[in-house]
Amino acid sequence: MSDLFDGFIQALMLIFTLDKDLYVISGRSLQVTLTATLIASLVGIPFGSWLAVSNFRFRSSIIVLINALMGLPPVVIGLLVYLLLSNSGPFGVFNLLFTPMAMIIAQFLIILPIIASVSHRTIRSLWEEYRDFFVSLNATRWQIILTLIKDARRSLVTASLAGFGRGIGEVGAIMIVGGNIDHATRVLTTAISLETSRGNFNLAMALGIILILLSITINFLIHITVKSKYEQLDDQL
Amino acid sequence: MTNYKINGTDLILEKNNHNLLGPITFELLNSSCIIILGQNGAGKTSFLRLLHGLDKPKSGLLTWDPYIGLEEQSFIFQSPVILKRSVLENVVYPLLLRGVSRTDSVSKAEHWLEKTSLIHKANEPALSLSGGEKQRMVIARSLICSPKLLFLDEPTVNLDGESKLTIENLLKQAINEGTKIIMATHDLGQVKRLGGDIVFLHHGKIVEIGSVALFFNKPKTDAAFKFLQGEILQ
Amino acid sequence: MKNFIALITIIFCQYFLMNPTFANDSNFKFAVTTSFHNSGLSDVLIPNLERDTGLIVDLLVVGTGQALKLGSRGDVDAILVHSRAAEEQFIKSGFAPYRREIMYNDFVLIGSKHDPAMVKEIKNLGLILQTIKNSESKFISRGDDSGTHQLELSLWLNSGLAPKEFSVNWYWEVGAGMGAALNIASELSAYVISDRASWLNFGRKGDLMILFEGDPQLFNQYSYLPVSVTKYPNIAYKNARSVEDWLVSETAGKLIENYKIKGESLFFPNPK
Repeated sequence: MSDLFDGFIQALMLIFTLDKDLYVISGRSLQVTLTATLIASLVGIPFGSWLAVSNFRFRSSIIVLINALMGLPPVVIGLLVYLLLSNSGPFGVFNLLFTPMAMIIAQFLIILPIIASVSHRTIRSLWEEYRDFFVSLNATRWQIILTLIKDARRSLVTASLAGFGRGIGEVGAIMIVGGNIDHATRVLTTAISLETSRGNFNLAMALGIILILLSITINFLIHITVKSKYEQLDDQL
Repeated sequence: MTNYKINGTDLILEKNNHNLLGPITFELLNSSCIIILGQNGAGKTSFLRLLHGLDKPKSGLLTWDPYIGLEEQSFIFQSPVILKRSVLENVVYPLLLRGVSRTDSVSKAEHWLEKTSLIHKANEPALSLSGGEKQRMVIARSLICSPKLLFLDEPTVNLDGESKLTIENLLKQAINEGTKIIMATHDLGQVKRLGGDIVFLHHGKIVEIGSVALFFNKPKTDAAFKFLQGEILQ
Repeated sequence: MKNFIALITIIFCQYFLMNPTFANDSNFKFAVTTSFHNSGLSDVLIPNLERDTGLIVDLLVVGTGQALKLGSRGDVDAILVHSRAAEEQFIKSGFAPYRREIMYNDFVLIGSKHDPAMVKEIKNLGLILQTIKNSESKFISRGDDSGTHQLELSLWLNSGLAPKEFSVNWYWEVGAGMGAALNIASELSAYVISDRASWLNFGRKGDLMILFEGDPQLFNQYSYLPVSVTKYPNIAYKNARSVEDWLVSETAGKLIENYKIKGESLFFPNPK
């Protein structure tokens, strides 16, 4: 347990002495996961919503597939992206391997099924409530989707945050496609992995604590900025 | 002035193999206010939904002469959908869906909010309104599109007396301005106050059709008679 | 909602402006093994290398198997590994034109001071291994095809034993790095073969100690292999040449020799 306590102390010291490496890799963790989450949201929320209001033959199969993809180990996705971006692979010409962009791509693929699945469930249940209303107004499909997204915005932000949570703690995929290169692709999780393998448990623990604090801060910031008088009302009702 | 004739022939409405309505045959002619009356479970909501086109009949024929399209009808549900936005945004919503410009929509909405005495709450979250205020807002949201035909499913159930009267006055105003109303209720007092014609339902069948005055003074059927006496029909 | 968008935009712009997301093509991509990095030697050599050659080195610290894989796919410009057999196969397959020996370090046998197999007094490596096997005392193997793993396997084979047939009751293949393997050995008071550098740097020794060292079988040769530019024309072969020349230079040699942990040299330069 002394490792845990030492970890706390070390974490505080790193933060308050404005340790440059710490700030750079923390910033990079955020850069990668926030970007991936944002793009995954821009794709996943409309897709999940569209899926919720559409009725076609393969709908159930797609839903089953998305839910299954959520259970795929991130490492496997990392391997897939590596093979695609490798010099010997189809997209080698873009020179994306071992860059933050490769990490963003891998995390995007990991986060997308989560956001699509949660969006689908949220929008579906809201749609069942609003369905007759839309029919009566003769709304088009995209009008329906936009209205539902707007009304479900709080839950959809939660979906994005769930995706963010998955991404910020992920290490397997970004280790493979990023390479944990010192000044270029090292992030909090890969640094933790490295320090653990070196036996530097104090430092690894400290970085872990900082990672959790970072995650809490982001969640908190997003919750207070999305809150408006409408959301406060939700809490009361 | 809208003239209409709705004919139903041997219509049956089912859900999950359970008979909700019918077989029913009827003609609804041009009334400014038709009241669908009956106990809970009589099939009032089903009847409204059938007329509006929300549910398709299992068999039978429903014809309109002339045809009144969906855009010229409006439906107020028993638990209306209140969008998670301001009162004003709720009221402009149907117009925006139809492609009306934002400026025009907003000025029309403000006009209707004045008419329904909600203008002071225009920028409040719609969900913060009281039951009566919500209902007025929903009426404004429906009437803003100037529908020829307005369906209402028990619009004043759960409202206090004062709110009830306010709503009924709004409906009377709408009728005066040319909107035809088809409304479900089980409130006899309301029927008397609004007047018009009645379709009396029981167990999914049409028991009586006629004017309100005749229904109250000279009910033709036993069921109608018992209902008017305040009995619960089996 | 507007605040939210503003917040996200600020975080992004700040970060994207400061840090590139895309590759800098002129960086030298170099895959090295975890034992080289964990020893701390790379923290001494690489900055000097960068300063003297003017290159920026993207250092990928991976297991030997992965380093070879990256090289075979042309994803790095050169590799530094310590697994002769695998290196020769690599060259045979055409992924590198040659190998250049740079330095060597040694491995040690680590075990608990309680020494359940009682091998402390035995002075012969083959006998020690046989005793461990016969007593079925817990032994941790890297099990990850790394240079260390290959060396450990060859030690068993040289003693006439077949690791493939070892029972899982005592021979544990952990598929992890040296630090992790040492950690497990520490927790279980088991035996393990480790490179000296990782051992000296290891922070949780517990009751582990060096039980045997010095046999030539335990010497570990590090070699540099530039990835074949014939196979992968976009390899930075000129830079790979500069790095190679630097690694075999006197400057590098001195840095390697003078790198000590607790007063002990870990690596010995032996460029040909």
